[in-house]
Amino acid sequence: MSPPLIGVEGEGRGNVSIVTASASMGCVSQNGSELKERNYLGLSACSSGDSSSVSSVSEDNKSNLNLKATELRLGLPGSQSPERVPEHSQLSSGKFEEKPLFPLLPSNDGINASSQKTVVSGNKRGFSDTMGGFSEMKGSAYNEGKWMFHIAGSESETPQSVVQGKFPGNAGINAGLMSRPSGSQPNIMKEVPSKPSQERSRASNGNSHNEIKASNNSSSAPPAAKAQVVGWPPIRSFRKNTLATTSKNNDEVDGKPGPGTLFVKVSMDGAPYLRKIDLRMYSVYQELSSALEKMFSCFTIGQCGSHGAPGKETLSESKLRDILHGSEYVLTYEDKDGDWMLVGDVPWEMFIESCKRLKIMKSSDAIGLDDECLELVWRDWLRILTFQNQSNYSVSL
Amino acid sequence: MNYFPEEVLEHVFDFLKSHRDRNAVSLVCKSWYRVERFSRERVFIGNCYAINPDRLIERFPRLRSLTLKGKPHFADFNLVPHDWGGFVYPWIDAMAKRGVNLEELRLKRMVVSDEGLELLSRSFVNFKSLILVSCEGFTTDGLAAIASNCRFLRELDLQENEVEDHRGQWLSCFPDSCTSLVSLNFACLKGEVNLAALERLMARSCNLRSLKLNHAVPLDTLQKILAQAPQLVDLGTGSFVSDPDSETFRRLRTAIQKCASIKSLSGFLEVAPCCLPAIYPICLNLTTLNLSYAQGIHGSELIKLIRHCGKLQRLWILDCIGDKGLGVVASTCKELQELRVFPSDLHGDGHAAVTEEGLVAISAGCPKLHSLLYFCQQMTNAALITVAKNCPNFTRFRLCIINPTIPDPVTMQPLDEGFGAIVQSCKGLRRLSLSGLLTDQVFLYIGMYAEQLEMLSVAFAGDSDKGMLCVLNGCKKLKKLEIMDSPFGNLALLTDVGKYETMRSLWMSSCEVTLGGCKTLAKKMPRLNVEIINEGDQMEATPDDDRQKVEKMYLYRSLVGARRDAPDFVWTL
Repeated sequence: MSPPLIGVEGEGRGNVSIVTASASMGCVSQNGSELKERNYLGLSACSSGDSSSVSSVSEDNKSNLNLKATELRLGLPGSQSPERVPEHSQLSSGKFEEKPLFPLLPSNDGINASSQKTVVSGNKRGFSDTMGGFSEMKGSAYNEGKWMFHIAGSESETPQSVVQGKFPGNAGINAGLMSRPSGSQPNIMKEVPSKPSQERSRASNGNSHNEIKASNNSSSAPPAAKAQVVGWPPIRSFRKNTLATTSKNNDEVDGKPGPGTLFVKVSMDGAPYLRKIDLRMYSVYQELSSALEKMFSCFTIGQCGSHGAPGKETLSESKLRDILHGSEYVLTYEDKDGDWMLVGDVPWEMFIESCKRLKIMKSSDAIGLDDECLELVWRDWLRILTFQNQSNYSVSL
Repeated sequence: MNYFPEEVLEHVFDFLKSHRDRNAVSLVCKSWYRVERFSRERVFIGNCYAINPDRLIERFPRLRSLTLKGKPHFADFNLVPHDWGGFVYPWIDAMAKRGVNLEELRLKRMVVSDEGLELLSRSFVNFKSLILVSCEGFTTDGLAAIASNCRFLRELDLQENEVEDHRGQWLSCFPDSCTSLVSLNFACLKGEVNLAALERLMARSCNLRSLKLNHAVPLDTLQKILAQAPQLVDLGTGSFVSDPDSETFRRLRTAIQKCASIKSLSGFLEVAPCCLPAIYPICLNLTTLNLSYAQGIHGSELIKLIRHCGKLQRLWILDCIGDKGLGVVASTCKELQELRVFPSDLHGDGHAAVTEEGLVAISAGCPKLHSLLYFCQQMTNAALITVAKNCPNFTRFRLCIINPTIPDPVTMQPLDEGFGAIVQSCKGLRRLSLSGLLTDQVFLYIGMYAEQLEMLSVAFAGDSDKGMLCVLNGCKKLKKLEIMDSPFGNLALLTDVGKYETMRSLWMSSCEVTLGGCKTLAKKMPRLNVEIINEGDQMEATPDDDRQKVEKMYLYRSLVGARRDAPDFVWTL
């Protein structure tokens, strides 16, 4: 059980489960000896030839090799597909050789106790496996100790415990075999190591599918390994090429009013970073407001749309202020002249013509919008205070 | 019926249009076979290597219209190397030599050369109609030959072909006397066209019913064409970008309003959303709308447009319409029969996509829906079960979850039950494409219930040979089976070898089938062509190692044995 232990040492997550796992894995008798031998930190001593191909990966890989030693390998049906290896990334090939290290399913040779499935088991080229791009993820897949593997529920002797692995960022081994949901959901398809993996239980009884965890994070995860699999998704190459060309053209229009997009920066007081939105995605203020609300989660223009006459999109400033009394923030924009204006005064089309950037201000600041001098005075005052401090300081020096 | 005069039979057979019906009657007896073969004018050949041109002409001497399909379907997704085959030249050559009075040629996934087009244009005096779908290998020079020489050309329809554009003057090659054009579609051409020549051609083609322009045709030209062709039924715009305040745009609006016959609208290869309102007046009459190439239109604008299209029967759209937009489709387009939702973002970033919600909404609102192609981010069993209940009339159901092995995100189950519900409920299902996490169970369902299934596409699915066996045993009408990246091996392949002669073809790539298994099959079934595509010389080194897995195998029944035009990397066993 090297991996879990590495995980323990690395991040301390899933400690209990790991311990449980190892305890219950007592049946892995022959592993016991190797387990004692394991020396995670010293895994550099790994002598297996496999390690060379994965030397680029951190010691976790070496832990994988330990797995090999612990014979947790379960005969992966058809796992020998060397001809697939050249198609994949460097790591893939390395991983491929290691494949036997990864227990997947109850093996044919009866080492059922360790039906742990590191997700990357597979007798055939799994989807993630075919993604050449996960060479980038190679580190992530086997790094940092934590990873997931699943103990097949179909095996009555084996516990249902799951050891959870954590990966840097969103890397994750195929979580398809997770029986227990965990906080850090690895993404299945994107960062799966090259194991010709089937992201799911390959148990012939197929029961373990019940425990399969989806990589439902895929949408939220940064698409690290976005290499396209040949043949997937099944979109005609003509269509792919045409759309690719058109979207490239659209992307070039940035911040300029054009048929395609109109991206402007959106900043918010107190937020550590800015966002960018495409104003052409919306056609009314309400849509913009709800989008920003979702983005920043604390801004609201509220029901301004319902206050206007049907069909009218203009909001009077006073109405906006009324609405905003309950709200902490105000949406403002910098127009072509460099002035900061309150959003909502002018018709939508006019607004997107002149808007250069957006800012979500605290309403307390916004009240002072009309009175720029006040703000300037306030700023000056701050500067003066700072200067005084500095001068005091220099005096003391 | 020995005494039944053949003239009467012939007259009766005239009413048989479908080639299936004609195939059936020709099996009744020898005299029916003879009468039928002399009266058949339209021939469909689903696999150009199943038969050769000579035998075709021998059997059907009165041939006037030929439809040929070449490469396997997965060639669309780059799984078939470029020069695999599917050449049409031998067919054109044979027909020319034997004096066939060819009037119509329809090709799909074939390699067409300029020489072939030239020969075609010169050899058949009455040639009227050329339809090329997903073909390649020719340039605009070949089109120039067609334009110049086919005096009675009615239809030139180029759909999604890879054409090398020499930016020549092929449009100008239509002689001034050519007034017969009924349908012209050059939307797939990438290059510039001579706009003046186009306008002149349109002006003299008073029979024009269908016109699809490429992106190089600006709105201004479109406006001029429409002004002279208000009788159009099917329009594909080129570029649809203009300043809404301009005179050009105003003229376009006027012209469009006069086009009361337009039932089908497509194109928008380049579009400014602010120009879309120009087409609102004709949306009421639309039965077909294809916006699947119209990038840059936001969901809200699509929704505004859809609200006008109450009579829509066929809709092809990008997934930026969103689930909400599909809800609007469901409430507006009650006559909808076919829906295709394509992914706008091919890199799967996840935003602006559709989910199972959109599909459920559609199924609830559009009971006539029978054909679906749906790319989505996720799908649930519950949704599929609901869809199956709402729409039992599906004949084509193709679901593509972008991430192909994810389970139901709600229950974490595979999608077996969902697809099982679909095949159980849709008794007329003829075509099915699977995706998502799937075990052998789904194949069990398919084998049990999908009695009318003719084509099945499988990727990353199944656990064992049992899956494939269920399908081969259960689907009696199966014609085409294509499988990628699934764990089916020799056992599945070899258990029922006779089955493949009842099918058109079988494709298996990245499965567990070995060279030895394929060799065994080829030996047992001499009337099958078992082709191995050996890219990258993977098996060159050890051609006798029967245990090595075969990366790509394509087998098909054939009456003429191994093809002689196979490239080096294709081994026919």
